[in-house]
Amino acid sequence: MTPKALFAASATAALLLALPANAAELTIGFSQIGSESGWRAAETSVSKQEATKRKVNLKIADAQQKQENQIKAIRSFIAQNVDAIFLAPVVSTGWDSVLKEAKEAKIPVVLLDRDIDPSGKELYLTAVTSDSVHEGEVAGDWLAKTVGAKACNVVELQGTVGASVAANRKKGFDTAIAKHANLKVVRSQTGDFTRAKGKEVMESFIKAEGGGKNICAVYAHNDDMMVGAIQAMKEAGLKPGKDILTVSIDAVPDIFKAMVAGEANATVELTPNMAGPAFDVVAAFKEKGTVPPKWIQTESRLLTAADNPQKEYDSKKGLGY
Amino acid sequence: MTALLPRRGLAQILALIVILAVDRVVSPQFFDLRLQDGRLFGSLIDVLNRGTPVALLSLGMVLVIATRGIDLSVGAIMAISGAIAASLADSHGLPVVLAAALGAGLVCGLWNGFLVAVLGMQPIVATLILMVAGRGIAQLITEGRIVTFSSPGLVWLGNGAILGIPMPVAIALGMLILTGAVVRGSALGLLIEATGGNARASELAGVGTRAMILAVYVWCGVCAALAGVIAAADIMGADANNAGLWLELDAILAVVIGGTSLFGGRFSLILAVLGALIIQTMNTGILLSGYPPEFNLLVKAVVVLAVLLLQSPKLSGFAGIAARLRRTKA
Repeated sequence: MTPKALFAASATAALLLALPANAAELTIGFSQIGSESGWRAAETSVSKQEATKRKVNLKIADAQQKQENQIKAIRSFIAQNVDAIFLAPVVSTGWDSVLKEAKEAKIPVVLLDRDIDPSGKELYLTAVTSDSVHEGEVAGDWLAKTVGAKACNVVELQGTVGASVAANRKKGFDTAIAKHANLKVVRSQTGDFTRAKGKEVMESFIKAEGGGKNICAVYAHNDDMMVGAIQAMKEAGLKPGKDILTVSIDAVPDIFKAMVAGEANATVELTPNMAGPAFDVVAAFKEKGTVPPKWIQTESRLLTAADNPQKEYDSKKGLGY
Repeated sequence: MTALLPRRGLAQILALIVILAVDRVVSPQFFDLRLQDGRLFGSLIDVLNRGTPVALLSLGMVLVIATRGIDLSVGAIMAISGAIAASLADSHGLPVVLAAALGAGLVCGLWNGFLVAVLGMQPIVATLILMVAGRGIAQLITEGRIVTFSSPGLVWLGNGAILGIPMPVAIALGMLILTGAVVRGSALGLLIEATGGNARASELAGVGTRAMILAVYVWCGVCAALAGVIAAADIMGADANNAGLWLELDAILAVVIGGTSLFGGRFSLILAVLGALIIQTMNTGILLSGYPPEFNLLVKAVVVLAVLLLQSPKLSGFAGIAARLRRTKA
């Protein structure tokens, strides 16, 4: 986002939230997992931006992928008597006792990006997460709509075997294309969510499917694998985005670069802005006592080459992806 | 030249032929080759191209293992050199980029060699330090992002070709010949084997065992750095979290499949590279087969077990029969 656009956006946001945001300055502690991926880094920077926009005093604790550090951070936030705690949990279990402490101190906890498995749902205020099954569905629906009635052989680059995100994104996509008999997943292999493996697996798909002539579309569980697959297609003399349609998930900056070059067609955004909705929920809860639903689903935006990919790239490249 | 040729490589060659035959069955077009943009294109080329990083790693690893050592840090060194190459690629010329990346590998190798040869640490522990820290260093260089570049020189190293042969393959071949010429063209290989066979006895006999150990770790670091540069050039970006991840294990496996004992004392460069090719032929076959990915690791384990059983002295198998045949002929 350009500074001007950012200003305009924050001005609109400030107008919309004029009353609650200015009434009292909130202090919120955020226990972030660590820097495990580019998306995580982007989530941290967007959280800071959203906090500044709302004049929230945000304290971020980096847990370096360790639950014990997150528990320590939460205890220290309780000791500082913050207004609310955001938690991006590194694992789904083992949070009961520390969440009870927060509850006794009457500090609401909001989960970001990942859900947990507590003994009772009353231990946290709400969870702001994306629905990865829905992400797969959005990708599948786009492909079905784009292809129309034509027969279409799809190859799929799966995420890491055993990762719940990979299983969910597969499930959602399969559900979406099951309604269309002309769409068929002919090959599906894991690319481990990485560029290198995405490229290697796509190379083998191309060889196995008549030099790529039998492939009509690629679906990748993340953009990084798709970036690798795009290279594999180009090296095989194919035109990604034209000969073979592409749809992937995450919306990292580099996929927009490929879209600008006409080499990628669509991506489904996993928004890094989980903190924004969480700030609003906390503000409403503090001001008026509004109890939010237990799950706030973030929007899974579909972004295609028609949606000004250059602008998306510019707005995302500085976020730390 | 006889030193470069496999004297005991029958089991490995046989294994490679069998796996190639299986690949041909699961994928009828496996041996098809054509030219694409001045570069050979086909599954066989994929095997060579994708096998390059592990082949390069195994070239260094086999020498380290010959001294009875082991280097667990090669994957992390790949990540470091890739990160350095990608960060410098768009602002500096190719010679500077290569010098910096390979220099980093050399320094990493010196560090490992210093810990093992001078401080006398056990190799597995000494190199574990860099295995853990190295990826962190790489992440610091890239700030946790995937650093992309478009410098044509570096991209050419990953995607270019000489006479139709992909650059990575040409580089690996060059390194094999260079390493072979140095260690087998001189007494160096023998001294390395002596160091691994019995370091104390070799020391008393006048072999500079410390220098030998230092040298093999340095070479291993340089080979790993080269593999890292190629891996980065291949995807036009450095992915510090994933580049070379777990490849140290594939490199060790390649060396072991190549018949080199982990107890040191003897080694074969060409068989180690053959080991790397066996691993990749299998990986590519699995990808072509269309089996669900849940089977990948299982299939790999079964094939590795079969190859190692083929070489087992107790289950002499084909190698033993062949040796007996050769003996009767002689």
